[in-house]
Amino acid sequence: MLKTLLCGTALLALTAGAAHAQVSNNVIKIGVMNDRSGIYADLAGEGSAIAARLAAEEFGGKIAGAPIEIVVADHQNKADIAANTAREWIDAGNVDVIADVPNSAAALAVQGITKDKKRIFLMSGPGSTDLSGKSCSPYGFQWTYDNYAMAAGTARALVEQGKKNWFFITADYAFGHSLEDETTKMVKQLDGKVAGNVRHPLGTADFSSYLLQAQASKADVIGLANAGGDATNAVKQASEFGITQSGQSLAGLLLFISDVNALGLQAAQGLLLTTGFYWDTDDQTREWTKKFEAKAGRKPTMVQAGVYSAVRHYLKAVEAVGSDDPDKVAAKMRETTVEDMFTKNGKIAANGRMFHDMYLAQVKTPGESKGPWDYYKIVKTIPAEQAFLDPAKSGCSLVK
Amino acid sequence: MFDLLGVPPQVLFGQLLLGLINGSFYALLSLGLAVIFGMLNVINFAHGALYMIGAFVAWLLLTKLGLGYWWALGLSPLIVGLLGVALEKTMLSRLYKLDHLYGLLLTFGLALIMEGAFRHFYGVSGQPYPIPDALKGGQNLGFMFLPNYRGWVVVASLIVCFGTWFAIERTRLGAYLRAATENPVLVQAFGINVPVMITATYGFGVALAGLAGVLAAPIYQVSPLMGTNLIIVVFAVVVIGGMGSILGAIVTGLGLGLLEGLTKVFYPEASNIVVFVVMAIVLLIKPAGLFGRER
Repeated sequence: MLKTLLCGTALLALTAGAAHAQVSNNVIKIGVMNDRSGIYADLAGEGSAIAARLAAEEFGGKIAGAPIEIVVADHQNKADIAANTAREWIDAGNVDVIADVPNSAAALAVQGITKDKKRIFLMSGPGSTDLSGKSCSPYGFQWTYDNYAMAAGTARALVEQGKKNWFFITADYAFGHSLEDETTKMVKQLDGKVAGNVRHPLGTADFSSYLLQAQASKADVIGLANAGGDATNAVKQASEFGITQSGQSLAGLLLFISDVNALGLQAAQGLLLTTGFYWDTDDQTREWTKKFEAKAGRKPTMVQAGVYSAVRHYLKAVEAVGSDDPDKVAAKMRETTVEDMFTKNGKIAANGRMFHDMYLAQVKTPGESKGPWDYYKIVKTIPAEQAFLDPAKSGCSLVK
Repeated sequence: MFDLLGVPPQVLFGQLLLGLINGSFYALLSLGLAVIFGMLNVINFAHGALYMIGAFVAWLLLTKLGLGYWWALGLSPLIVGLLGVALEKTMLSRLYKLDHLYGLLLTFGLALIMEGAFRHFYGVSGQPYPIPDALKGGQNLGFMFLPNYRGWVVVASLIVCFGTWFAIERTRLGAYLRAATENPVLVQAFGINVPVMITATYGFGVALAGLAGVLAAPIYQVSPLMGTNLIIVVFAVVVIGGMGSILGAIVTGLGLGLLEGLTKVFYPEASNIVVFVVMAIVLLIKPAGLFGRER
């Protein structure tokens, strides 16, 4: 932390000679890159671009006379496309900052490039803790959530309710394994145990077989270490097979509000999940959601709200230093707390992790819900330091 | 109590039953493909997209018009079938003189367009479709809890499958159809309108896909991507059963469902490739498929 600060100050001193406002190419260009057509298009997609535009509008669309421009790209969940787009944006497109990038594989590729080319990278979509761990970057900021936070929040809550015996239904690729590992660690740390697991291929439509195995394990909790369509299909079929009625709990380890919307409350009711943002938290979130909904036609997911918060924080830093120089801006971002509708008193740690409170939510029953998108009961607020992994343990080389 | 490789028999029975349920979906979809290939010699790549549209039509009927599951069961295949007739009349029929590949490319393109359009309007997360009230709940079979709806799916698809097989292999109309595939010119000379018969066959084949879509709607998310996920497996089923063989498609569909169910118990990671392993082996040993004839 201290070292980065010192570096930042030193750089500031070096460049202090040219004190007047400096924006490269006289435009602040924000590239929102995500999945715009595949399984993550609803939780990020165009909604993330809308969120970034809302942030830009708060600055009147320009800073220090330089217009803020937002460009978008679809990485199709492919790391190579993400890497090529990032290179093209930086080398030929004068893009100053890349935002969102759900799908950890794509984000890891972009993190490597932005680190080499010294461009700021605002990650809202990706969950891998490596992004603020062994693959951290002085220019990379992980904003909204990560696998540790999702696993820790939900697992802790359930184990504390006495549900100590777990069974995992895990998507058989890096993301699913990582989510399962993080949860297992938390469960074991709290004296719980893991009765077994089953790994299914990505994009499975029928979960009945896995659910039956989970049922036969007699575990208290069935942890779903998968996402998107896999998670929604699993939840829907669990209710069909009477799993929740028979006393076993279902824990969605990475569920977004778009998934709950897709499932409907009938199937999703009672699910416990961790989220970084819920639109109906307070007046500020509701007001912002109204603006978002007017453009997007639906309520924001935490990823989209996170894009807004990260882009806004970036732009505030640009405004404060009067330049879009990545080193100066990154230093400014680290020293300023994040204050907006997304979080109060958010702090960026040395590893690039933005520490903010998370929420443990339970999906409402159809009777409790007053209308569309009235989905979550906030069971408790998880304080930032409990929600996220201690930077010292993250394995990030920037933490000294 | 005996265990088979560490798996208790109750679990095994449960998995076999689930395999049968999935198998009946495969059978229903591959049946449609087999009918179309057998009669039109067209590899209908749009089958998955039409299955998806079948599910979406059911969802739209429910949310826009308030017409429930039982209506959808009749109306949705009809609508998808009519869509198929329109596609055949305006586009596919122009390609019969050309190589199979052109039909495949056209239907593949159509599938992408249909999926893209639904994705644009309805997003990718899917829409919920409730299980009809009459089929809610389930039976405790001792070794597993069988949701009533899944039981219904097996019964319904078996009836449709064997009905179709009977109609094509055992009735006069079926005989005309089979004759028309062997020698369309001769059959036409006997005064039978072959082009109309072909159009109707395509419409019927895709209506089966629409029906499968309605049956699938309460189990899976009604999502634009649902067809893409399934179509490749269904193609493998058709290849294993023998391109164009009706009975082959039904028997292989059910058999592979069972095999997949077993794989999910013993080595779940391989459950999505086991079908293709079987396909490779069958192609090596019997290239025309298990029930196919060498041409």
